[in-house]
This record gives sequence, C-alpha cells and structure tokens, in this order.
Amino acid sequence: MFLLLPFDSLVVNLLGISLTVLFTLLLVFIIVPAIFGVSFGIRKVYMKTLLKIFQWATLRIERGAKEKNHPLYKPYVNGIIAKEPTSLEEEIKEIRRSGSGKALDTPEFELSDIFYFCRKGIETIMDDEVTKRFSAEELESWNLLSRTNYNFQYISLRLTVLWGLGMLIRYCFLLPLRCKEFLSKHVHLMCYRICVRALTAIITYHDRENRPRNGGICVANHTSPIDVIILASDGYYAMVGQIHGGLMGVIQRAMVKACPHVWFERSEVRDRHLVAKRLTEHVQDKSKLPILIFPEGTCINNTSVMMFKKGSFEIGATVYPVAIKYDPQFGDAFWNSSKYGMVTYLLRMMTSWAIVCSVWYLPPMTRQPEEDAVQFANRVKSAIARQGGLVDLLWDGGLKREKVKDTFKEEQQKLYSKMIVGNHEDRSRS
Amino acid sequence: MGSRASTLLRDEEIEEIKKETGFSHSQITRLYSRFTSLDKGENGTLSREDFQRIPELAINPLGDRIINAFFPEGEDQVNFRGFMRTLAHFRPIEDNEKSKDQNGPEPLNSRSNKLHFAFRLYDLDKDDKISRDELLQVLRMMVGVNISDEQLGSIADRTIQEADQDGDSAISFAEFVKLRC
Repeated sequence: MFLLLPFDSLVVNLLGISLTVLFTLLLVFIIVPAIFGVSFGIRKVYMKTLLKIFQWATLRIERGAKEKNHPLYKPYVNGIIAKEPTSLEEEIKEIRRSGSGKALDTPEFELSDIFYFCRKGIETIMDDEVTKRFSAEELESWNLLSRTNYNFQYISLRLTVLWGLGMLIRYCFLLPLRCKEFLSKHVHLMCYRICVRALTAIITYHDRENRPRNGGICVANHTSPIDVIILASDGYYAMVGQIHGGLMGVIQRAMVKACPHVWFERSEVRDRHLVAKRLTEHVQDKSKLPILIFPEGTCINNTSVMMFKKGSFEIGATVYPVAIKYDPQFGDAFWNSSKYGMVTYLLRMMTSWAIVCSVWYLPPMTRQPEEDAVQFANRVKSAIARQGGLVDLLWDGGLKREKVKDTFKEEQQKLYSKMIVGNHEDRSRS
Repeated sequence: MGSRASTLLRDEEIEEIKKETGFSHSQITRLYSRFTSLDKGENGTLSREDFQRIPELAINPLGDRIINAFFPEGEDQVNFRGFMRTLAHFRPIEDNEKSKDQNGPEPLNSRSNKLHFAFRLYDLDKDDKISRDELLQVLRMMVGVNISDEQLGSIADRTIQEADQDGDSAISFAEFVKLRC
C-alpha cells in the first residue's frame, strides 16, 4: 500500500498539470479571442477537413450500395413521384384525351375526372410540401451522424470504425469541452460570442451595413433558438416571444434582467391588439433597441420559409429582413419542439460537428401605401427566401400543430365547377 | 429517428413487399420512412387522423374517400403492408411488365386493378354498381356548393345515360371500363 502512494501522487500531479494546460489552452484559444472578437481560423480548417471526410464516406457508401445492387434513394435527383405540376384544367383534359379518344368538344363531366383528384391525393400521401418541413431535412450525403441516416446501413468495417471514432470524439471530447464553456457567463455580448465558439459555430455575415437600427423591427426566418444567439452576437436586440417552460423559461427570465425584452404568455399572444400596442410603444421610442421577431411563429426545418404572420407588419415601422441559412452537412440545427425538448436539443447541438450558417442582412423595407399588411409580409418573405435559397411557401407554419382551413378545399371545388359548368354553358349556346 | 426506420424493416419483409407490389428496394425504404413520419402515435399503424394531418390531402375534395380506400372493411388502422398494397395500384406500368406471363396473379398495378380502385371510390356500398345517388354524392364532393342540385342532377343523368348499356340505370364495372377504352 505504501508503494502505491508515491505513484498516486504522481498520477494526481500529472492530472493537475494536464488540467491546467487544458484550461490555459481554453482561455487562450477560445475565451480571449471571443472577448476581442478575433478569430484564429482554426475552425475553417476543421470545417474543410470534415467536408473531405464526408465526401469520402459517401463515396464508400455508394460503392457498397452498388455492390449489393440497391440503388440509393436520392431525394432531389430521382424523387419517388414523376411529377409534372400543371393546372387542374390541363390535367383533367389530359386524362380525358388519353382515355376515351372521343371527339374534341369537351363534355361537361366524365367519370374519369375522378382520376385527377385520386392521383393528386395519393401523391400527397407519398410526399407533400408541408409536413416534411416539420422534420429534419434529408441529406444527399451522409455526415457520419446516425441521426441523419435514412439510407445508409452497415456497409463496411472501415466506415463503421470511422463512425465509431467520430462518435467517440463528439461525445467524449467536444461535448465536455463545450459544457465547460457554456456554464461561464458574464457580460451579454461576450456571452453570446462565447456561445458561438462553444457550439463551434462558423457564421458568415453578409452585408453588415444593412444591420438593423434603433426603432426598427428585425425579421428573420426561424429554425431554432440558436438563431437568437447568432443574431445577438452581432448586434443588440430586444426580443419578442412566447414564454416557455423549463430551461428555456429560465434563460428568458435571466435575460429580462439585463435588457428590456418583451415576453408574452401564450394566452396573451392571441390577443393581437395588446401585442401590437406594446410593440408600437417600443418602436416609437427611438432610443430603444430594434425588436427581433420571427414571424413564422414556429421552427421550420430551414428548407423553406412559411407564411409570415401579419401582426408585426401592421405596426408601420421599418422592417430589416434577415435571412439565415444553415449548412445541414455539419449538424442539423432544426428544433423539432413536438418531438423533443430543449435539453435534448442542446445535447444534439453540442454533439454535432459544427454549426455552419450564413446570415444575410437585407436592405430595409417599408410598407408601400397601396399594399396591405399581408402583401407586405409576403414581399418580405419572398426577399428572404430568394436570398437564402429557400422555398417560398404560402402554407402556415401553424399547420405543424393544427388542421388546415376549409377555405382551401372550397377553392379547389370552385375551380373544378367552373370547368364543368363553363363547358355546359358553351354547349347550351350552340 | 433515421436509424430506427431502417432497422425495423427487415430484409425478408422488404423482399416480400417487393414481390407483392413491385416497388424497388429503395422505394420501399423511402416509403417506410414516410410511413413512420406520418405515424405520430408511433404504434406501427396509421389511423384516419394521421392521413388528415397532411394539409394538401385535407383540401382535396375527394380526400376522405381516398383515405377510406386504405382501410380494409370495418377497420380503423392500417399497417405498412396494407399501406404499400394500396399505393402499389399507382405504380406506373413499365414496359417489361406488359409482356409478362399471364399465368401468375395479376400485378397490383395492372390497368384493370387501377380502374377497379377508381370504381371503388364511386361505389360506396360495394354492390359493384354505381347508382345515381352514389354518382351524385361524388359529384357534390368535387364541386362543393358552386352548382345547383338540378344542374348536378342533369349532369348525373346524362352520364348514366351515356354509359349504361343494360338499361338498369346504374353503371357496372364492365360499363365503366368500356368508357375508358
């Protein structure tokens, strides 16, 4: 037992030294640059290396799949639906023509018209534009995270070893590193910058001269709570949003103590006049910080921009649109709040490779006299979608949790009736 | 999530489905992902509510009928096999299948089976005839409130007149098929 003691103290000493070294490294390479806003460029190298590894991994998988003779499903190259999106009238005429081969005067109604609705319905069951926005994006290549792995099964030993190594690194090395930094917070801006480094976030800001100014409203597309960290580390904002429970609520309450944010209860959010009044008061005071709002109202998976709620566009202040696009290869930033909570989400973020995103500050927009709030909202939305390379959808993000309104069905019915009855009128005239 | 989907579907099952429906390996795994993402209750079956949650399907005038086609008689849940069996009707007919032997069972996506699927959308009471009432019901679903009852009635009458050949004021499956030839 006596022999062990000197050995023990040696081990303890070594441990102590290595810990000190680790902390100094942390301090030098991460915290100090964060305070001064300087970057070392290490992360860029890290990113490049990761990309090369992903490409190699995907090639191996494709080769493996070819050997087994199972062509892989690529969501964007060979989709499962042979779609030719044309109008309702065109498609029904096509069906009638191919079926009966009768005379060209289109009869008012045919039994085969049902095929059009039938086919459209089945197509949406197989793949629709809306529900896939509320789950993580499908990737063409694999990024060694099993959570994005739809296609790729066990292919080769080498790949599995690489994946195992990747997991080891992510859970045992990157995670503890990030946890330590996450727990130390002092000043707001510095804190955000540390968070950014903590998540190994590589953010590229474009057009910084268009950054939002006091008395304006900053509008952005929403993918995750990290959007807030990304924007707030490059400027000062007052935030508007829903009070959440759990860890998120704690963070919100802590933030209120430092800055004049505007948090609402869920029941209050429905009272739009109250919200509008508070926002207008805040905006008219020119000394107050610009308000940061996410008009989609919920997190979308960053492949599209959904309907903007018109509330923030009715106030009449200058709107500064911002487009945020994450690179999905390094880690999926989307927070699927109906599937898992904040803590699980943070864990996922901290165990991905990195958060790589681009932020574009678009030139400010104001509402023109002849357009109403909805049109203005759509105009801003299109600008953001175009800049970020996202699909511009008219669907409401609220469809994540609620059912669709009946008015859309009535529109379809109206279109079809016009088609049958229109022809009927032509007939009766002749 | 992703890895769960590919481990729950065994290779033998995929082979069976491939033989029954004719879908390729990657199409089956893709549709299985789709099935699990629609299955919010995570119990391996879909209910009618799961389908109605697809907005583009909910606004389809015939949405409810199409959803009904997935569920066998009197049941409220459909499993993955049933899901695939119904979807198989919509697989395009490939050239190499046209010349296959006539001895085997008819493929699910044959022309006749496709027509049968559409016929069943009209024929609610499954008596193998489309009566005037059944036709009116479907017409009403497709046009909503935009056409009057009398006009709709005359459209229905005209259609039955054109199609009916044995004089029973209803459209049988044979007459339905003849219309499309």
